[in-house]
Amino acid sequence: MPKWKELIRRRLAELNLAPEREAEIAEELAQHAEDRYEELKLSGVSESEALRLTLDEVLDGKAMASGLRDIERTGVSEALVLGARVKEGHFLSGLGQDLRYGIRTLRKNAGFSAIAILTLGIGIGASTAIFSVLNGVLLQPLAYPNSSQLLNLYEKGADFNYGSVAYPNYLDWRRESHSFSGMGAYTKADFNLTGSGQPEQVSGEYVTASLFPVLGLTPPLGRTFRPEEDRQGTGCTVMLSYNFWQARFGAKPGILGKTLTLNAMDCVVIGVLPAAFGAPVQVYLPIEQWSSGELRVRDSHPGLRVVGRLRPGVGIQAARGEMEAIAKGLALQYPAANALTSVTAVPMKDDMVGGVRPVLLLLAGAVGFVLIIACANVANLLLARSAARNREFAIRAALGAERWRVIRQLLTESLLLSLAGAALGLPLAQWATTLLVAAAPASLPRSGEVGMDGYVLLFTLAVSLVTGVLFGLAPAMHSAKTDPQESLKEGTRGAGGSRHRTEGIFVALQTCLAVILLAGSVLMVQSVWRLWQVNPGFTVSRLLTMHVALSPKAMTSPLGIRTALQQLVQRVEALPGVETAALTSLLPLGDSDSEIAFWQGNGPQPSPDQVKAAVFYVVSPDYPAVMQIPLLRGRVFTGRDNLSSTPVALIDDVTARQIFPGIDPLGRQISLVALGTVQVVGVVRHVKQWGLDSDDTNKIRNQIYFPLAQVPDKFMSGGVTGLTLALRSKGDPLSFGPAVRAAVAGPTDDQPVYALRAMTEVISRSLAERRFMMLVLIVFASVALLLAAIGIYGVMSYAVARRTNELGVRSALGASHWQIVGLVLRQGMGLAGAGLIAGLAASMMLTPFLRSLLYGVGASDPLTLIAVTVVLGFVAVLACLLPAKRATSIDPAAALRCE
Amino acid sequence: MLLLSLIESVPRHGYEIGKLIERRSQGALRFHAASLYPLLYRLEKRGWVQGRWVEKAGQRRRRYYNLTAQGRKVLAAQRKGWESFVLAISRVTGNENA
Repeated sequence: MPKWKELIRRRLAELNLAPEREAEIAEELAQHAEDRYEELKLSGVSESEALRLTLDEVLDGKAMASGLRDIERTGVSEALVLGARVKEGHFLSGLGQDLRYGIRTLRKNAGFSAIAILTLGIGIGASTAIFSVLNGVLLQPLAYPNSSQLLNLYEKGADFNYGSVAYPNYLDWRRESHSFSGMGAYTKADFNLTGSGQPEQVSGEYVTASLFPVLGLTPPLGRTFRPEEDRQGTGCTVMLSYNFWQARFGAKPGILGKTLTLNAMDCVVIGVLPAAFGAPVQVYLPIEQWSSGELRVRDSHPGLRVVGRLRPGVGIQAARGEMEAIAKGLALQYPAANALTSVTAVPMKDDMVGGVRPVLLLLAGAVGFVLIIACANVANLLLARSAARNREFAIRAALGAERWRVIRQLLTESLLLSLAGAALGLPLAQWATTLLVAAAPASLPRSGEVGMDGYVLLFTLAVSLVTGVLFGLAPAMHSAKTDPQESLKEGTRGAGGSRHRTEGIFVALQTCLAVILLAGSVLMVQSVWRLWQVNPGFTVSRLLTMHVALSPKAMTSPLGIRTALQQLVQRVEALPGVETAALTSLLPLGDSDSEIAFWQGNGPQPSPDQVKAAVFYVVSPDYPAVMQIPLLRGRVFTGRDNLSSTPVALIDDVTARQIFPGIDPLGRQISLVALGTVQVVGVVRHVKQWGLDSDDTNKIRNQIYFPLAQVPDKFMSGGVTGLTLALRSKGDPLSFGPAVRAAVAGPTDDQPVYALRAMTEVISRSLAERRFMMLVLIVFASVALLLAAIGIYGVMSYAVARRTNELGVRSALGASHWQIVGLVLRQGMGLAGAGLIAGLAASMMLTPFLRSLLYGVGASDPLTLIAVTVVLGFVAVLACLLPAKRATSIDPAAALRCE
Repeated sequence: MLLLSLIESVPRHGYEIGKLIERRSQGALRFHAASLYPLLYRLEKRGWVQGRWVEKAGQRRRRYYNLTAQGRKVLAAQRKGWESFVLAISRVTGNENA
């Protein structure tokens, strides 16, 4: 027998009580301990366990000492009983008690707590992940100083709002405008880097010297371009991106002053740009170094983008007004090139992220649903548990605890749960964010800026607090409302019809939200599936595409270029397993585009409303054969279509119908801006240039093909970077990669291949945004479905337990197992059914937000509704089955004995 | 109030009070010694209950608590104020076999 008195006196020593008082208390407690210890041993507990339990209960850590300290030292205090009114000014100390008690309660119900924390962790983690994407992409300002002053400027015409700018127009804009403190321009260009080992294709930009100062960039090494370096005829200079400098030149500062050979130009390195700037671009050259004739022509639009920085105090509207006036003036001055051209000015950030805003907001909405479902689930768990705790609260109330005090205790517990959920959710979010950014389509702007920061952490904290209150409030109100008299009287069966109603509502709400997510994901799956079935107008399989560039040695003369291109195709075609190969300036469904203005006949350029725009392909003769674009009339290009023969063109059937309605287009003439009049020699089938889905609705649907061999010499020098080689293979196209690379490289081994892709991959990329949305929605819908199933299961299990007596009586009276199962199923399916109907109605209202991502299915697509109903019904039955099975195994005799 | 009513008619010692609460609340409420005794001492300081050492033949001496006159008044007042709970409380205090 342990020496209780000794043990207890030692614990009480720190209180410094009067010796006789201490002895008295120690004796009394020792007796209690002894009784308890004996009782535990009698019930079969081992001696050591009994000792531990007894000490635990009698002294309860420091609880006994601190309880005694209050009384024995401070005399009579106001607080009388557990859960009684907290004195004013002692709010926090009361909170501490709540916290301790809360933690103890949650630890005691480890299983319950684990499920609740896991559920909340998933909900909070998913929301945090989506928020960190939202935060990085939409909310944070761009990484330029005073980035709100930056506007993107575009040419605007009858058919387009965001057209690239003609360089002469840019120069005039810059000279004439006063709203901007500076204006810069840039255009993408690929460069062939030679002279140091393997030839290498590097991505670059031609920029005006003003661009980097306008953006407010300070180079970490060297300097930016001087205005005098951005002039024709001056020596070439180049700036490197930070990543390129690191990867290619080992971040050596000695790179300054070195010379790089880019497209056969020797360029001196003058600086390195900041790390955060312009991820994929590797080199920057002054735009005046661009030898292309296109730059000087006012009606040529070689992909030039313009950025302006507003003067402090000038608003966007004022700037827009001024730019429109300038554009009007230029239209009068140059009616042929600028007749319908105005200016679009948009804040740079809106321009960058505007396109993805609806998608991201949609994701935010979807994840919000998941969070609400998680909350409803935990609320239901708490409700079910509060049944077991009903009498605890009743007795607390009987002891004088006020209602709000009980609510506070319960809210403390739910907040503890949600904070634990957040603690679990954060690493989950970190992981999910990485996954999201990796899975996101390349078109997601600013994905490099996505990550956890203070805002994200703040968001997580706020979400967890709000969810804590959200799911804790309803159960807390219910518990506090409990009528102590009723709950004490009712014995083991808890009370509360309204609690069951609340549970039912929660389950229906969960089901409803899960249905919405499910419907959304089914619609997305259908859209993506239907898009895969769309005929793009050419044959996708066994088609390999890649960008190619010529050796600088070949680019000495137009003739040299023509010969080199011809030989390149011949070398590739000679490879075993390659059926045909061809070059094109533009590939369908890719990232780039190229348009040309044209009109019917051979007259001079007519009034602007007679001028049409067409997608423009410059191709080698076999291109239609390689792509297997069906020829509908006439002939395709041959080797005889060259500079010394009549210029010819192929048009697609859309153009044929539009330009030559009811007449045979063969032999007719059309005129192409800058290229002159050509004769239509064939009509081919329209291809889906702009995307499998959006091609039908694009404003520019005419397509014109022009032979590469007939491109005038003046366009031959600068315009041959960015050619694509397409080949039709006999087997898996990607297996030809190495052979094709070698064939393209040529005898001089200095012609690089890049962006090598099978056409199936190009198509898959064009669907990336939808596929991403589909995947995320499927994940969310699955989580939602799982949580809803848990919700239904939980409520039905509890309902069966509550109805034990009733079910026992029923089976005693002869109800069959099937009837009992039916009874349970009916109740569960009633809840799920209510949620299903509400969810279907709600999804019909909400799915229009998905419309821009849908293809070939309507928001109220019957197949979707059926699929959702079947899936949900299946899951709901599954969730009810276990409780139903338990109901059938109730022993009538046992059930009745419980009464 | 619960405690007061438990010792209204019969003086009881701490262990017995704890057990009674547990049994009558069918396990829903358990006062561990760590909260029970401080509460008893507090009530004693207020003068609502009085603890007394009692020796019975063949047993250790035990401290029994009974209600003081003041305690009785408090209990009566509390009961009046909590009339709606009388039924519930009588279940705990009135019927040993509940």
